[in-house]
Amino acid sequence: MTNEVILLDFWPSMFGMRTRIALREKGVEFEYREEDLRNKSPLLLQMNPIHKKIPVLIHNGKPVNESIIQVQYIDEVWSHKSPILPSDPYQRAQARFWADFIDKKMYDAQRKVWATKGEEQETGKKDFIEILKTLESELGDKPYFAGDDFGYVDIALIGFSTWFPAYEKFGNFSVEQECPKLTAWVKKCLQRESVAKSLPEPEKVTEFVSMLRTKFVAE
Amino acid sequence: MASGEVKLIGAWASPFVMRPRVALNLKSVPYEFLQETFGSKSELLLKSNPVHKKIPVLLHADKPVCESNIIVEYIDETWSSSGPSLLPSLPYDRAMARFWAAYIDEKWFVALRNFLKAEGEEEKKAVIAEFEEGNALLEKAFIDCSKGKPFFNGDHIGYLDISLGSFLAWLRVTELAASYKLLDEAKTPSLCKWADHFCNDPAVKPVMPETAKLAEFAKKIFAKPQA
Repeated sequence: MTNEVILLDFWPSMFGMRTRIALREKGVEFEYREEDLRNKSPLLLQMNPIHKKIPVLIHNGKPVNESIIQVQYIDEVWSHKSPILPSDPYQRAQARFWADFIDKKMYDAQRKVWATKGEEQETGKKDFIEILKTLESELGDKPYFAGDDFGYVDIALIGFSTWFPAYEKFGNFSVEQECPKLTAWVKKCLQRESVAKSLPEPEKVTEFVSMLRTKFVAE
Repeated sequence: MASGEVKLIGAWASPFVMRPRVALNLKSVPYEFLQETFGSKSELLLKSNPVHKKIPVLLHADKPVCESNIIVEYIDETWSSSGPSLLPSLPYDRAMARFWAAYIDEKWFVALRNFLKAEGEEEKKAVIAEFEEGNALLEKAFIDCSKGKPFFNGDHIGYLDISLGSFLAWLRVTELAASYKLLDEAKTPSLCKWADHFCNDPAVKPVMPETAKLAEFAKKIFAKPQA
């Protein structure tokens, strides 16, 4: 049976990046379709009618929504190689916890850094740096979040790194200074082919964020 | 590895705490329930969940697992040979269960909470409309997932049943307070039948808060200070 895999995505999305990486980790051939979020395709609206968001993974015509659910799905369908979640139930629970932490905290916090100014931005920046430090503390001296092997939490977080220069520019701080271990981890992940192929150039993301910022902040 | 003492830090009124309790019951796993006092957090809780400082926390051989849905999956995977599986076997069905569990926490429960906060006719109408829209989606989801069986998970209670069912006591309290039928047989007949089956299950009955007791507790914690 042929596997038809389509990914509806938006190039700077740190969530779409997760699914791209997972598919590449498993060596799955897929068709990448770029969505214009101001003009969403009929297919997107049909496949994700409730949230109307990207990424949408369409496998043999059936949609799977929510990036973190997609990553688990990909891990379970293509279970023959490159496991994404660890096999031990306790390690799996830890991996799920940290991916959930990233989902609950990162997006809202990072948004304040580039989409606001003044006091709101300062508070947002402090919150964001604290979140990064919590993650860095969890990483510790391990090569990856789960230890020796690249996996679920790395995939959940790495896409945000393409937005780091934008946060640094608008928030006026240095991620490397605040979180040197996390910075080293980013470099290590980028050496992985599945990651390098799935992430856009941070410069392009910064350009995009600059444009977005003008819509939210009157300078 | 299923060996080791099991403890659960929680509180009787919390729907999130109810989730692992149902899961442990379904797997026939004995556990010690460590009840937190409302309004304060124990040393053990703060040590076991330093990131969120919230209940429930499962302690298995003193190792903590946090976040209710994550705990349920952990219970399912650890005691996999005991009782039926809490998640469906096909990856697609598992993805659907996880999707709806996320929807329930992020949208449906938020709409339920907003019910009591709503003030004025306009806001109340909007909240009702939002909630009923969500219910309609869940009614369809139930039909799709259950495939004619009594539960979202099929013949037996599973992850998604637990995720939604844990809110039923609070739903009933909200119905009383708002004088409005939130789960209506006319609008969502399948969900109503499912709710009955869920509440009467022997794994659920002992840990489902009594509506009257919960209503009294709700009055206490949501009591508005005197002007």
